[in-house]
Formats: sequence, C-alpha cells, structure tokens
Amino acid sequence: MATAIVNSARQVGRLTSAAKRLYSDFPKITTHYTVHPRDKDSRWTEINMERMAEETDILIIGGGPAGMAAAIRARQIAEEKGAEVRVTLLEKAAEAGGHILSGACVDPIALNELIPDWKEKGAPFDTPVSSDKFGLLTKSGRIPIPVFPGLPNYNHGNYVVRLGHLVRWLSEQAEAAGAEVWPGCAGADLIYRDDGSLKGVATGDVGIAKDGSPKDMFERGMEFHSKITIFTEGCHGHLTKMVSKKYNLRENSEPQSYGIGLKELWEVKPENHHPGLVEHTIGWPLDKNTYGGSFIYHLQAGEGEAPLVAVGFVVGLDYQNPYLSPFREFQRFKLHPYVKPMFEGGTRIAYGARALVEGGWQCLPKTVFPGGCLAGDTAGFLNVPRIKGTHNAMKSGMLAAESAMELILSGEATHENGVTPTLYEDRLRESYVYKELKQVRNCRPSFHTSMGLYGGLAYSAFSTLVRGKEPWTLSHGGADHAKLKPAKECKPIEYPKPDGVITFDLLSSVALTGTNHEADQPPHLTLQDDTVPVKNNLSVFDGPEARFCPAGVYEYVPLETGEGQRLQINAQNCIHCKTCDIKDPSQNINWVVPEGGGGPAYNGM
Amino acid sequence: MSRVLVGVKRVIDYAVKIRVKPDKSGVVTDGVKHSMNPFDEIAVEEAVRMKEKKLAKEVIAVSCGPAQAQETLRTALAMGADRAIHVEVAGAEYETLQPIHVAKILAKISQDEKADLVIVGKQAIDDDSNQTAQMTAALLDWPQGTFASKVEKSDAGLTVTREIDGGLEVIKTKVPAVLSADLRLNEPRYATLPNIMKAKKKPMKKVSAKDLGVDLAPRIKVISVEDPPVRQAGSVVPDVDTLVAKLKEGGHV
Repeated sequence: MATAIVNSARQVGRLTSAAKRLYSDFPKITTHYTVHPRDKDSRWTEINMERMAEETDILIIGGGPAGMAAAIRARQIAEEKGAEVRVTLLEKAAEAGGHILSGACVDPIALNELIPDWKEKGAPFDTPVSSDKFGLLTKSGRIPIPVFPGLPNYNHGNYVVRLGHLVRWLSEQAEAAGAEVWPGCAGADLIYRDDGSLKGVATGDVGIAKDGSPKDMFERGMEFHSKITIFTEGCHGHLTKMVSKKYNLRENSEPQSYGIGLKELWEVKPENHHPGLVEHTIGWPLDKNTYGGSFIYHLQAGEGEAPLVAVGFVVGLDYQNPYLSPFREFQRFKLHPYVKPMFEGGTRIAYGARALVEGGWQCLPKTVFPGGCLAGDTAGFLNVPRIKGTHNAMKSGMLAAESAMELILSGEATHENGVTPTLYEDRLRESYVYKELKQVRNCRPSFHTSMGLYGGLAYSAFSTLVRGKEPWTLSHGGADHAKLKPAKECKPIEYPKPDGVITFDLLSSVALTGTNHEADQPPHLTLQDDTVPVKNNLSVFDGPEARFCPAGVYEYVPLETGEGQRLQINAQNCIHCKTCDIKDPSQNINWVVPEGGGGPAYNGM
Repeated sequence: MSRVLVGVKRVIDYAVKIRVKPDKSGVVTDGVKHSMNPFDEIAVEEAVRMKEKKLAKEVIAVSCGPAQAQETLRTALAMGADRAIHVEVAGAEYETLQPIHVAKILAKISQDEKADLVIVGKQAIDDDSNQTAQMTAALLDWPQGTFASKVEKSDAGLTVTREIDGGLEVIKTKVPAVLSADLRLNEPRYATLPNIMKAKKKPMKKVSAKDLGVDLAPRIKVISVEDPPVRQAGSVVPDVDTLVAKLKEGGHV
C-alpha cells in the first residue's frame, strides 16, 4: 500500500515535472480570445457580453485613400439626390492618417474626378514631379537606365505626396460632406445574418488584461449594422482575411504576393534637395534573385520648412533567404557611394514600414459578397511597374460607393437582406483600374525565373512594348511564405553595423514611429499554436520573424530554465505592417486588431 | 458638493518622439499626434467617479487652446463630464500661454460657475510646470490638495492622501478646494465609441480670455529650446592605473 502511494506520488511528481518542463519549454504566449474563446473561459462567465448596436447605411472599415474616397463619394451622391444616407467610417489609428505610409508618387486622376477643385480646397498636393531617374546599382557604381514617355515609371503629371497628410485632408472633406469618421475605433469582429450574409462589424472590446481576463474597466465594443459594408483596410486587412475565407473570395485567384516597404523622412542640406525629383534604383544591395529596390522622392519645402526627402526600400516578400533582413538591407542601401552623399549633413526625422501588394491581376480576389465588398489595397490594386496604388485605391473606393448608393437608393440593399453588389465588380472591370492591372500583369512574375532581375527587366521591357497584349498570363508560382528556404540551405548575410549618422539600429528607428499600445492587453500577434515558433520557425528557418519584422516585435530569447530558446513577442512595438502574417513560413501568426488608438503615430508618411 | 471643474490640456502624445525646431524656438507640433495630458485623464476620471458615487452633481471640463482643444474636451465628455467650456486661445497667444494665465482663467470660471471643487492633473507632460493647481488655489484663496493619490469624503470636506518625497501625507481640507491628480489616484476608463457619440450631443461653450477679463501677456519668455547633449561614448580601461591616470587627465581628481 505504502509502495503504491509512493509509486503514484512518483508518477505525479514525474507528470508535474514533465508538465513544468513542457510548460516552461513552451511558455504560454497567446491569450487572445480568437485563439482561446471566452465562452469556454471561466473568468468570463459573469461578464455581460451584450453589445450596443447602431444602424448605418454604408459602413466603411479603414480610413485610407480608398475608404475616404468611398465616404466622400457616397455623401456627394446623397447630396445630389437629396437623400438621407448615413455613412460611417471606422479607423483604428488615433488620428486620421496616423497609420498611413507610402512613398508616395501619386497619379492625380482619381482625385481630379472626386474633388476637381482640390487645389482651391488646399489639398496637400504641392510637389509636381519635375524629373524621373532610374538606375541599376552595382556594389560601387550605378548604371543609369533611361526613363521616357510610355514607360510605366515615367511620372510626368504626377505628384510627390505625403500620403498621411493627404488622408488627413480627405478626412476633413469626408466630415464636411457629412460622413462620420471615427478614429481610434478598431473593427474587430464580423456579424453575420442567419443566411450567412454580412450584417455588419463590431468594434473591439477594451479592458482585457494581458492574460486574457476582464479588467474592471472592461467594455464591450459596439455593433454597426449596415446595408453595405465596404472593406478598405489596406494591404492584407485582417477582417478582409476573415471575409475572404467565409465567402471563398480567393478560390479562383493565385495566392496574393507582397513586398515590405520601409521608409524614412530626411531633412537634407539644401544643395542635395531637388524638389520634384523622383528616383528609383534596383540591384544592389539585393542579389539578382531577390525582388526589390529603392525610391527617393524630393518634396517641396513649404514656408520656413526644412528641405525634405522621402527615401525608402522595398523587398519582395517572396525572398528565399531566411537570413535576409529587409530593415538592414534598407540601412545598408544608404551607404552606397551614389546614395550616401545625399544624406550627409542631414537629419532623419521619421521612420516606418508597411507591407504592400505586388500580386496584381493574377491575385485579384472576387471583390463582392452578400452584404459588402472590398476596395483599395485590401483587394490589391497596386500597379507594380508604375509603383502606384493610391489612384486605383481611390477609384475603387469611389466605384464601391457609387454601386452601394445605387443599391441603397433603389431599395435593393436593406438591413434585412445581404445583397451582393455585383454592380461594383462589373464597374471595376470596365474601369482603368482593371485595364491597368491587366496590362502590367506579367511584369512582376517575370522576375521569378533563374535569370532573376535581368530576366524581369528584359521581359518587362517587352511586355511594356506590346502594352501587355501578349496572349499568356504568367504565374507567381505560389505563396510568398512557401518560398522561404530552410536556413541550412542558405548563407547568413553580413550586414554593416549602424553608424548612427546615416544608418541606424532597429530600436531607435521604432522609437521614431511613435508607436504604442496599452501594455496590459493580450498580444494581438496571435499564434494558432504556441509551440510552433521554436519547433519550426527557429529550428528550420532560424527564426526569420526576428529578421523581417521592421519593429523588433519578435525576439528569440534564452529560456529561464536553461537550454533552449523561446519566442518573445513585444506587441507594444508593432507598427501594423502585416509582414509577419504574410511571411511566417508556418502561417501560424494571425495578426488581429489591438485596442483602438494603438499603433504608430505617423505624421505625413 | 455640486459642481466639479476639471481642467484638461491637449499635449503631444507621450509615446511620440519630440523634435526640436531647427530655429530652437520650440518643438515641432504640426501634424504630430496629440492626446489629453495623462494626469488630466486621471483628474477627469476622479471627477466622474465622484458623480457616480453621488458626491458631485455635475462635472464641467475646461480647456484653454486652439480649435483642436475641442477634441480633448470631447474625450472628457465621453468619459462622463456633463458639459465643456472651451477657452479659445490660438496662434501666438497660445505659444506663450503659461500656467499663470490658465490659473486666472480657471479661477474666474470657478467663480462664475460656482464650482465647489477644481481638479487638474498635477503637471502637463510638455512643460512639467506643476504650477496651475497651486496658483489657482491661491487666486481663489482656497485650500489645495496637490499630488493626490486618494481622495475621500469626510464630514467637513475631503481627506486627501498626497504623494510626497518621504512617502504619503494625509491632509484634511474643507471645500471648496483645488486638487491636483497624481498617477496612482485612479486608472482612467476608456472613452469608447458609444460614449464618444453621446458626447457629441453634450453642450460645449466657447469663450475667450478677454470675456473672462484675463490678460494673456506672457510673464516668461522662452529664450531657446535645445536637444539634450548627445551621450558621449565611454571607453573601457584595462586596469586601475590607467583609470586613475584618465581621471587625473580629465581633472576629476
């Protein structure tokens, strides 16, 4: 009997220490309710989970160029027809424009249509493009490549813009037109009718502690029920991800392909400043098999303002080497003898990063479903050879609004039925948005051959010459995350140490984004399985998330209990770029929206 | 206690990296993310809790600043304040607005509105002055409970626990009084969307400093604003003798 007790005690001891080892080897990281549902959580049984609900006619999720254009267009039509139409826009940033990041060299075609008197109204479109330069960088030199009319990167007639400022201005126009713009409000959950159509969106709950339990100040989000919901979340929206899955929007599309864009704003010496100059480079520091390049845009300096240059670097997220760090490629790019002199004597005043859509035509999803539609980059209208997406985003937003308004005013779209606005997709097909994308569809995929960069340039020249009329459509060859090679097949890259003058370390860069999140909330970078990072990402790919995250969110740190490492998620640093959700080779990371108002505080990025 | 007046200030958000203007006249504020001063959020929360505990009947939020100060007042209304007063101060006058002016404004409004209690944050995170509460109390000749980390009702007025260097000091004060909120007074609630929507309907009055008879001429002139000096790299010395030699060289011993 005593032996039995001792034996079972030993068993229990063994189990407990095994559990301890297991637990401490893979400490719990994810506490978010999307992974650990609250209806099964005993800490939530007493909490009233009822949500207040409001009805609106058009609900727009995301306040970027597409969302704002949709809001303005809808209200313009309402004014014209003398109709009472409620337009509600939800934006997760604390202030309009706060999460906007782009080059940006913008084609004014959409703005000219939306607000023809934008100049009188003071739109921040102050820098017309004066010249275009394009070059192939080698390790120490540069081979100029001529840019002339007809080429996609010929920018005559376009403007260099601080997109965050443009979005802020658009937000003021939207409110003046009678739309409700609610910054600091994160769209978090989707609400469906019994027939499966989209009824609306709920804003995020607030006051959940880091361990997933309710705090004293817990407050439930509120619901917006709409006749039509337009999703304009920008590249790789998290609600768009859910909606695409629910309505199978991607069943006939290739998996979307992306890039990560990192950007800095510099005050430069006047002799290095040429307002209106738009410059792009390809080649060094990337190898021929890694897609990417830089942009350098010179902004007009306003009264008493310092001369500003926007510089950035894009790396295609189909890169193969897990040792690649897009941030460090960007930093070392600035050391190139052609580039460095521009920044000498200058001061870096801003930094940020955002994923961008590169898939184009082949990757377009079905953009309509019962109760709503997708517009802007969340659907993926960026024109890669032109390196422009803002005009397409705005135009698609306008078309979405026009279609929604037609359905609402005719009585077809109501709160009871979830009508599918197929009208919108028809109009998109007839518009320049689809025409442009179809024309350039083969350029980006042509970089996937073994000839890499050179094959891509040669083919793109050909495709541009025949204006995209070649009768075939090239494939991207699969999803970006599947293209990452195991670490043992690749060579680590030697990056130079930051000099603190031209090149910088990651953490001081993140500080410049002004990003912050309430610390006591569940990490919004959720893992479907907390053990996968160490088991797969670290062991096979040497932890690529610690290298591709432009904000230092992911760190592999030694375990407190001795050997081995664990993944540490510094959720507060997140700048909402979405790269991790895209490039995680295990597809284990699911980015969900944190408490509204959190994230970067970009000023005119 | 019927009326509580809460002063709130719109400041650059605490997580944003501050940049000094090249002409050293101040910091860059254009387009930079602003929010309510964190200590003022705590002040608003305390006032709203008093109303919820039936210790007060009405909470009035006051802010001095340009048009955007109204956004800060809307946040206070969303947290539970009943009405707001926007003292419009813009342009050059706003650049030189100082605690003495704000104190005079708050004092005048307190008298006009017959407030029983004034609560402000202990200091603003931009100027770190920590003067407004004290000056307002002096102008009104009211007692003050500054750096409050706990406020309770007592028979004669209030019992205030203050955070001081040596620890905690408990004082008793009559009302009317002026309090300044310290960090541990409470944890402010969120201004959630349903409340923000309701706040749009709450009354907001706009007045000018002139209407209140307050002269905004600056008493302090800012000569220059500069970055702190860049931290110099240190050097590692191989032994104690070298250390002593370096210290002597540098004139430190």
